[in-house]
Amino acid sequence: MRRDIKGKEKKGIKQDVVFLGISLILVTVLLLVFPEKQKAVITVSWEFFTEIILILPAVMILMGLFAVWVPDGMIMSYLGKASGHKGALLSFLLGALPTGPVYLAFPVASALIKKGARISNAVIFLSSWACIKIPQEMIELQFLGVKFMALRLTLTIVFVAIMGLSIERIIGWSNKRPSSL
Amino acid sequence: MKVTVIFINLLAISGLLIAFVKDKDRTRQSVIIAIKSFSRILPSIFIVIILIGVFIGFVPANKISEIVGEQSGPGGIFLIALLGSVLHIPALLSFPLAASFLKNGASITAVAAFITTLTMIGTVTLPLEIKELGRKMALLRNGISFIIAIIIAFIMGAIL
Repeated sequence: MRRDIKGKEKKGIKQDVVFLGISLILVTVLLLVFPEKQKAVITVSWEFFTEIILILPAVMILMGLFAVWVPDGMIMSYLGKASGHKGALLSFLLGALPTGPVYLAFPVASALIKKGARISNAVIFLSSWACIKIPQEMIELQFLGVKFMALRLTLTIVFVAIMGLSIERIIGWSNKRPSSL
Repeated sequence: MKVTVIFINLLAISGLLIAFVKDKDRTRQSVIIAIKSFSRILPSIFIVIILIGVFIGFVPANKISEIVGEQSGPGGIFLIALLGSVLHIPALLSFPLAASFLKNGASITAVAAFITTLTMIGTVTLPLEIKELGRKMALLRNGISFIIAIIIAFIMGAIL
């Protein structure tokens, strides 16, 4: 499994570099055909580049520290135990920790349900993992401002909680129905 | 310099210092992981930055605002939400992209819809999600996420 992921990673990097090469060639041709656009394109690209490069190394360092200091499985052992309001809160917090891409969260969520965690908490955990990650919020703060980031975060938390409870209801209801027939 | 930049860099530096005092080896390991993931994402960053440059340089702002600007109807929002659901871009890169939309005349609603669907919904990872969590739960989560992303976007557009 590990090796499989590593192999995919390597292929992914190669793919990205190839894409980058193609985009570079395309943009060079484009700018040679439309020289009047050169200044605008380069200025904008440079602006965005400086903005991201000032922040990304720090975000990566924080993620690296987290990856080494918080052992695998710790998140699961915490979540498995929690229930009720505390469980929902914990699902949000643990999902938001700076961990890997969302496809790593699917097996964790699945294991949680098998262990008896509430479906609502599994949904909250998954969604939190996907869209309220702490490093993501940092980049959002940098590019879209504090108002945008804070409002979107608040709304997302509220609606994800509602969604978790709804999905739990729907699944519970649809599981009951066939057996009563 | 922006406050965000200073804040996050201070956080990282103090984290590193504390970690270094506690355990040199593990700190070294953390830095290696950081460098690896940084170089892993670097090509994608350059691609997105080039895209943004071309996008802002070539696509006229009034065209963007026509489709997803303040005056555009719910159709434009629906379209951009759909785009966000289908695209598979690392979330970290979606924010500069979204900022470039905003800069070029897209409305807050459109940008919020794009980011929220992009992060919350994974069409590419859906088969995996179905495999791990079952068809019912995966489809419900992604479907309801789409609806709440649009609701969130309209609330944000109304407030900001």
